[in-house]
Amino acid sequence: MTKLVIDNQEIEVEEGTSILQACEQLGIKIPRFCYHDKLSVAGNCRMCLVEVENMAKPVASCVQPCSEGMVVHTNTSNVKNARDSVMELLLINHPLDCPVCDQGGECDLQDYAYEYRNKGSRYNFAKRQMPNKDLGPLIKTDMNRCIACTRCIRFMDEICGVPSLGGLYRGEKLDIGTYVSKVLTSELSGNLIDVCPVGALTNKPAAGTYRPWELRKTISVDVFDAVGSNICIDTRDNEIIRVTPIRNDGVNEEWISDKARFAIDGLKKNRIDAPYVDKVQADWSEAFNQISEKLGKTSPERIAVIAGNMVDCESMFAMKMLMSAMKCCNLDCCQDGSVYDISARNNYIFNAGIAGIDEADAIILIGTNPRKEAPVLNARIRKRLLKGDCSIALIGEEADLGYPYTHLGNTPQAITSLMGVEGDFAYILSRVDKPMFILGAGVMARDDGAAVHQNAKILAHRYGAVRTDWNGFNVLQNVSSRVGGLDIGFVPPEGTGYGVHGVYEGKADVLWLVGADELDFDRIRKANPNVFIIYQGHIGSAGAENADVVMPAAAYTEKDAIYVNTEGRPQTAFQAVFPPGMAKPDWSIIREFSELYGCKLPFDSLAELRALMFSQVPVFIIEEHTHQEIMTSYSSYLNDSTMSNAPFKPAIDNFYMTDTISRNSDTMKKCTEQILGLSSKTYSEGA
Amino acid sequence: MMSFLRYIKIISLYDIVRGHILTFSYLFKRRVTINYPYEKGPLSPRFKGEHVLRRYPNGEERCIACKLCEVVCPAQAITIDSEFRQDGVRRTSRYEIDFNKCIFCGLCQEACPVDAIVESPNFEFGTWTKEELYYTKERLLEKGDLWEGAVASNLKANQKYR
Repeated sequence: MTKLVIDNQEIEVEEGTSILQACEQLGIKIPRFCYHDKLSVAGNCRMCLVEVENMAKPVASCVQPCSEGMVVHTNTSNVKNARDSVMELLLINHPLDCPVCDQGGECDLQDYAYEYRNKGSRYNFAKRQMPNKDLGPLIKTDMNRCIACTRCIRFMDEICGVPSLGGLYRGEKLDIGTYVSKVLTSELSGNLIDVCPVGALTNKPAAGTYRPWELRKTISVDVFDAVGSNICIDTRDNEIIRVTPIRNDGVNEEWISDKARFAIDGLKKNRIDAPYVDKVQADWSEAFNQISEKLGKTSPERIAVIAGNMVDCESMFAMKMLMSAMKCCNLDCCQDGSVYDISARNNYIFNAGIAGIDEADAIILIGTNPRKEAPVLNARIRKRLLKGDCSIALIGEEADLGYPYTHLGNTPQAITSLMGVEGDFAYILSRVDKPMFILGAGVMARDDGAAVHQNAKILAHRYGAVRTDWNGFNVLQNVSSRVGGLDIGFVPPEGTGYGVHGVYEGKADVLWLVGADELDFDRIRKANPNVFIIYQGHIGSAGAENADVVMPAAAYTEKDAIYVNTEGRPQTAFQAVFPPGMAKPDWSIIREFSELYGCKLPFDSLAELRALMFSQVPVFIIEEHTHQEIMTSYSSYLNDSTMSNAPFKPAIDNFYMTDTISRNSDTMKKCTEQILGLSSKTYSEGA
Repeated sequence: MMSFLRYIKIISLYDIVRGHILTFSYLFKRRVTINYPYEKGPLSPRFKGEHVLRRYPNGEERCIACKLCEVVCPAQAITIDSEFRQDGVRRTSRYEIDFNKCIFCGLCQEACPVDAIVESPNFEFGTWTKEELYYTKERLLEKGDLWEGAVASNLKANQKYR
């Protein structure tokens, strides 16, 4: 510990803390452009100058570590003058286009320009001119505004692991760019918009349509992957303008994926805004009558309900209540056909927690590509690797994850071979204290998914990854509704019910889809040509096209809802805009239908529904999740633990188009075409 | 004594004569009223009348859709939608002023970084219906073309005090 005095306040900080960080601990605000607390320190903007006694010149506080007995002043006239001069230097080449700049109003340079150097310019020559770069469909550049802080270069290098940005030339001529013109291929590139302290890198899809002061902010949760990144939905009137991340060090740090940020324009068109009966627009009562007539004629074991990938917990809980009132138990929340043992929660969650990645000493990825399935989590793995003393191995299809790893094989046999003591990685595993095994959810959709799950668990036990103080066996889910659905028990009970597999076998006469689009409808129709499909969802896609009755539901931005992320952390999203037309939240549709059907569900409001849900599913109340639960029970459903030789397949092949919203989004189409070089048509038609 | 003088005043109609003298004296003085609408009084260059949107001499509209007037407007009478035009220039796709709400405070004019929205010296824009007081972008630009001369000279006259 080091003791120092800052502005007459004494503070004790850890060894190696910079003066800027120490000031932050005291609540003293130091202006900065190049310093970002998630990136490495560059120290090139010089805005954070402070005065240290017995030092001849002002020092850059972001690079200067605290030392014993230091006396720091941050608000003397000397400091003010030094910062004024730095500000004047930065403003020499910065254009005076704040009124047309998208960053105007939330710009660090603008804010500090008010605080420092509040005078006119003394520079009479022409300002520096830079040609703009084409960085793809997501980032708009205006290089004249660049103040060469190099945050973007460091972000791409350190967080994304896609070092495509760099600086050419020096000093005033420094040119940030890709050198050879190309688009940014990172799944996290949208964060450059937040990282850039000025308006050089801005949001391309929303360019010129908003000013930050007219936006209303709503706290929400990202549902495009299972990480559950905390997001802020910025709206004006009833229109979503943009999505920005909210800092949560336990989940997403400061980053969100490009899909979370840019796929929102998919919610603006092709929406279901009225009920449809046999593809003819109808009203609610007509749709309900049609459904109740059909349900009344069908025996409960011929009714099946499948929940989609973005369904909230309340809706699934309400649906389960309705179905148990109707004595139907054919529920499934796994559209991909995966089967989980829900007797213990740690069979399907990310037990170590996303923050637990920071503690792991060795990470083994099994059948997953976290870069596509959970880009924010992937950035965390990369961060752990950069910190040192960590080895990463992959069992599954080789792909560019943005960091080096040892490839152990592409088939489940690699798991078996890791059980032995031979091999380099087995040696590493036996030496480390906190090994981490990450099993991709895509594995569970395989025919031998349960066996791979079982073997991975045995492997985790073999290397002591499951202890009282550390649970290193993790399942990385890739859809946001999965953990919540499994917690609620939205799966067919063993022996008595059937799920997606039964539907494909033609066991269901009435199929109720709650936002489920990723099914093979041809196969369902072939298995049972008379199947009556009810679809409630928000975008006209495969599900609505194949349905007999379509009901309009609210999307995730249009309702208050609870989502559980892959580590089992329940998070609440709030309503940002109103649903279009006659659409309403899924739970309210179910509640209304139940009354008409004569089995009224015992709640009248969301609060009552939540109270009911919390009493029956107590894990949702727990704010902070723990990984102390010890895995004791092995899967009971497992009869055959032999794994097949089939290689692991990626769960997601096009990151930008994975669900109805992103397939409907023009921005995501552009990404697919320009970044991945694929034809968006093959994806936009649905699964 | 006092009452005698009072009687004289009353009998000689002194007050009435004085009153008439005052009245008739104005026949020979300068008029203070004007024959509005055929004559008009002088206006200060800072007079705040009907708003107009101005153009540059080459015909390009000045407004860059920075929305500062919209945010500064205390009556919230201004509504703006912005976009990047086909040629990549930021412009308004909608610019509306509701003169039912406007209080003619002139803050929009002061906020404007490009002198696009200016209050012209025109104060004669009364209408029969409220609907006519919703000014669209086209109408504001049209008015701007109409009043450009007066607006420009007013701005010039006021330049050194800004």
